[in-house]
Amino acid sequence: MKKEKKDFIVVENCCLSPIYSLLKLAPADGAELSAVRPGQFVQVSVDGSKTTFLRRPISICRLDRQSNHLWLLVRLAGEGTAALLSLAEGSRLNLILPLGNGFPLPEGACRILLVGGGVGVAPLLQLGIELAEKGYKPEILLGARSQSDLLLVDEFRKIGTVHLSTDDGSAGERGVVTLNTAIRIGWDRIYCCGPAPMMKAVAGVARNIGAECYVSLENMMACGLGACLCCVEKTVKGNVCVCTEGPVFDIKDLTW
Amino acid sequence: MVNLKVNIGSLELKNPVLTASGTFGYGTEFTDFIDLSRLGGFIVKGTTLEPREGNDYPRMAETPSGMLNAVGLQNKGVDYFIEKIYPQITEYGSTPIVNVSGAKIEDYVAVCEKLGSQTDIKAIEVNISCPNVKQGGMAFGTTAAGAAQVTKAVRQAFPGIVIVKLSPNVTDITEIAKAVEAEGADSVSLINTLMGMAIDVERRKPMLSTITGGLSGPAVRPVAVRMVWQTAKAVGIPVVGLGGIMNGRDALEFILAGATAIEVGTANFIDPAVTIGIVDYIEEYCSRHGVRDIRELIGAINQ
Repeated sequence: MKKEKKDFIVVENCCLSPIYSLLKLAPADGAELSAVRPGQFVQVSVDGSKTTFLRRPISICRLDRQSNHLWLLVRLAGEGTAALLSLAEGSRLNLILPLGNGFPLPEGACRILLVGGGVGVAPLLQLGIELAEKGYKPEILLGARSQSDLLLVDEFRKIGTVHLSTDDGSAGERGVVTLNTAIRIGWDRIYCCGPAPMMKAVAGVARNIGAECYVSLENMMACGLGACLCCVEKTVKGNVCVCTEGPVFDIKDLTW
Repeated sequence: MVNLKVNIGSLELKNPVLTASGTFGYGTEFTDFIDLSRLGGFIVKGTTLEPREGNDYPRMAETPSGMLNAVGLQNKGVDYFIEKIYPQITEYGSTPIVNVSGAKIEDYVAVCEKLGSQTDIKAIEVNISCPNVKQGGMAFGTTAAGAAQVTKAVRQAFPGIVIVKLSPNVTDITEIAKAVEAEGADSVSLINTLMGMAIDVERRKPMLSTITGGLSGPAVRPVAVRMVWQTAKAVGIPVVGLGGIMNGRDALEFILAGATAIEVGTANFIDPAVTIGIVDYIEEYCSRHGVRDIRELIGAINQ
């Protein structure tokens, strides 16, 4: 898959909460978006922040063929993401894409659970849509601190049954996702993206129930191209770049 | 037509724009974005005798106008390079230069001998200035005696062009440059990263697993330009300048300070096509200023 550096226009900046925005982008040249694999990411150039030097890696949340829009879910983390959250509609944004390996899709019958936490739900949306298009019936388990931190729930409901966990019990079951009754059902495969402690806990559950498990890591990156060797994760094959060998890993390959 | 050709010893480069080691992979990572044949050359990542896993994560911290890194020379070793990488990178129509590093003099020598006998690599850049490895690396580069010792050994072990990459973490970089020149180096490149440190104050933890790391990016550029200017006056061999070059203007700053060629490093992370823009800008600048040969600009500041 050829990588490219491309300008996009912010078509919509949907503020989901004070710390989350969903950016809908269209290619500035009007060309049809090239295919991406669910779980791939982009490197965004942040122009509106004096202190932001490097690009910011952000998961592709949705590639909407009908509207030719690319969705990026952004969480406020520092000054770089603050600049992205405040982008006006019509702003120009330079992206490098598509990057990383993406989630491997199953072949044959497979009972699938998608587990997302916080902004980590982003790549699972495109994954869920593509799984549903292939005839799978994935269920979705979303976790957050409280109801107001749950993201894109309505979008996920279009894909399949959604289970919720919140730390304060304001929506769904109280507690972390690994305590949710839905995760204990017999799954063949779990796809997970969220904070590292959550992914490690989910990996533990997957091992217990004998499910395959793929997680998407977000180690800090500089280039996103496999050149700087900064984002490495320790694996059974040694240190590998999350940006090129990942961000999606089979938990069997990790040293967790 | 502007002549952009420059020479590093007997090695002719089609233009003065190179890429810095550790920021451009093996070049293969950038072929989707640029035509490598337009570069004067590209310096592949630091290669050691044995494979190295590098330092633990986290290895990178963004800093004002730059970044700290502590990669620690992760690479698969010289044999892997010769067998798997070398055949690919000779196809790009540019000049691959191999950055060589080691913990002991014998390691540098062994890598050089393998490259000299098993490849047609025309030039090496000898890294005596990596701040992120415990042994060797910068230890050789911070004394004139240490730098001379490595240069002497490498000079005997490698038949092609030897460029020695200098550390800025010294009191007087010209002393090191002169010592390296005296032992037969064809060129010096500078600067490697400046040793730095950053702390996450909320967690009260260093940002890097190694606590300290190497600072690069435009934050270091004025230091680098000054050191290139001093060194170019102190030695007779060509100086290759690097440190925070983000665009063509920055590249010319180094050439005017006395650099014969320049390396683009951290900027590749932000714009993988930046090098081509730099080549174009230098050509356009020369036309605009009535310069017919880029060599007229080397060290040509009005004082």
